[in-house]
Amino acid sequence: MRLHRAAATVALTAAAAGLAWLLFAGLPRWYSAPAGGDALVSPGGQVSSVRKINARLFYVSDDGTKLTSVEHDVPYGEGTVEQAKAILSAQIAPAAEPLLSAIPPGTTLRALFVTAAGEAYVDLSRELTAAHPGGSLNELLTIYTLVDALTVNLPAISSVQLLVDGKEVDTVAGHVDVRRPLLKNLDWIQ
Amino acid sequence: MNDRSFSAFSQIVSAAAVLGIAVIIVVRLAGQGGVPVILLAREGRRTLPVTSINNQEFVALDDLAAAFQLAVREESGAITVAYRASTIVLTPDQALASVSGRLISLPAPPTRAGGRWLVPLDFLSRALAPIYDTRLDFRRASRLLVIGDLRVPSLAVRYEALINAARVTIAATPPAASSITQDEGRLTIKFDADALDVALPAVQPQGLVQAIRSVDAVTLALDVGPRYSGFRSSSQTTGNTTRLVIDFAGPATDTAAPALPPPLPPADLPLFGQPVSAIRTIAIDPGHGGEDQGTAGAGGLTEKELTLAVARRLKAVIEGRLGVRVLLTRDEDRRVPLDERTAVANNNKADLFISLHANASMRPAASGASIYVAAFDESARASARRAPERVTVFGGGLRDIELVLWDLAQIRHVDHSIEFARILEQEFGDRVPLGPGPLERAPFRVLESANMPAVMVEMGYLTNAAQEKQLADANFQNAFVQAVYDAVLKFRDYLMAQGVER
Repeated sequence: MRLHRAAATVALTAAAAGLAWLLFAGLPRWYSAPAGGDALVSPGGQVSSVRKINARLFYVSDDGTKLTSVEHDVPYGEGTVEQAKAILSAQIAPAAEPLLSAIPPGTTLRALFVTAAGEAYVDLSRELTAAHPGGSLNELLTIYTLVDALTVNLPAISSVQLLVDGKEVDTVAGHVDVRRPLLKNLDWIQ
Repeated sequence: MNDRSFSAFSQIVSAAAVLGIAVIIVVRLAGQGGVPVILLAREGRRTLPVTSINNQEFVALDDLAAAFQLAVREESGAITVAYRASTIVLTPDQALASVSGRLISLPAPPTRAGGRWLVPLDFLSRALAPIYDTRLDFRRASRLLVIGDLRVPSLAVRYEALINAARVTIAATPPAASSITQDEGRLTIKFDADALDVALPAVQPQGLVQAIRSVDAVTLALDVGPRYSGFRSSSQTTGNTTRLVIDFAGPATDTAAPALPPPLPPADLPLFGQPVSAIRTIAIDPGHGGEDQGTAGAGGLTEKELTLAVARRLKAVIEGRLGVRVLLTRDEDRRVPLDERTAVANNNKADLFISLHANASMRPAASGASIYVAAFDESARASARRAPERVTVFGGGLRDIELVLWDLAQIRHVDHSIEFARILEQEFGDRVPLGPGPLERAPFRVLESANMPAVMVEMGYLTNAAQEKQLADANFQNAFVQAVYDAVLKFRDYLMAQGVER
């Protein structure tokens, strides 16, 4: 009898401990996992619990005359502006081999906002123009990398106005008119 | 003549002048008979009368209704033209029409004269053609409206008088075969076609060839003078054009020929009665310059050096052989803002703008030339489509002035720019290697405000080591220049066949 009571106490304690673990550790971890349910593994092999979305980013094609789209996980952003910032930050980050980015190295995102009409104003650092290698094709690929990264992934953004160091510029490298917001253009995507 | 009689005389002269001006104004306002348009269909020809009012050509809507089975209705201030399930809605006083719901512009609003509604001649190609179930092709030079798929090649005819010889060149686009027969005092050229779209040049009658005229719908006659002794002809089809060259010889030279050829007329002073060339000034824009070197090759060749070197060669060849004025937007190593480059072309009323550049790619393998024409997205087109502004003109009355934003002046020339780009692509052929997708549209700043046909040519990639060497080579530069020169010639023929003259 005493033995039964002791066994019941142990079983109850274990059940309570299990329930407590489920409530305080298991469920939160379960809910914070990405929508797909798979934990993401970072390059270091650690399990990450940051929420991600899948986006199409653009890189120079193998023949060097077009852009090619590559699917990437980028951090989830709350609302269009935050999501646009996350996509653009991923797009202008240095690309890992064999990908080749059309964005000049060192370019950073200074600010980004979106008007009610769906025009995204993207303010980039001066490296966008100062470190540009030149050539009209390179310039077209640089510009449509930025325009398409936002317009292809975010339906709420219909056009992109580029700014450099907070100011409007005529061109990035002497050819393409960027005085007006540019619409999505898939002609430069392979 | 004393003071009083002088005063009376001057009053009479003034009164007569006022009366004369009044008569002219009345005649102009009432409209004058213009050169009619010929409607050309498989079933035959018919004439469409044209009325000229204030230098604008109009056709009557009820004439069009009869010829094209249109129903014309006037209700609540609008004129509705219906054809099968489609409609065109016109509003008096508005130089616009809604064609199946799409807005198009017209050079003038519909106008009422003699109890009939008249619409500008361009109504045929801009409003009627899009809704008509058979192809309508208006050939302005010959005033033909081709209905349906008829073979109506457009002929560009050129006559050159030389010492004791003459040459007639006839370029037919699309290609058309022809046969030449020699009769008493003339050569007859019969084309294998349904009709000809041709504006014939006037010829000074004292030469070897005394007149060029149409005999029937598909035949031309060249009347030869007493000094004519024989002819030789050759025909060659390249691309979309057949070029027929007929050389006329004079008598064997027993008299001393003049030592020098007759001087060519200055480019700005065409012979009286001859059509003026469609291209008299060309602007060539060597890209970059000064501290803006553009792109550069590993071997050290910079874009700014290359573009200036090729532009100078091109200027020398075009000016030397074609006798047209060629302007360079820079002729030294200095930075020129993009707006200033286009302003040079616009202010000098250039007929063609060619911007020269060299390309760069992040991948060194990319190579070949590309030709770009300006691209405009919907927002740019919307800003360019401003309604015409109505202004008061001297002597009373109103006139619609079409306003186009200077920044977007290229919009109205894009079709001709594309045609020149196509001709260039064809002429590059095997002379200038082309890249993948050699003809592209892009919103290039230097092209957008050019108020004439304009292209940007990327000659090749400086980032490709082999191509950098090629671009630096004088033989290649000469081949490139020759190809552009040939394209300019063909484009000039194309413009003249379209009836574009200066």
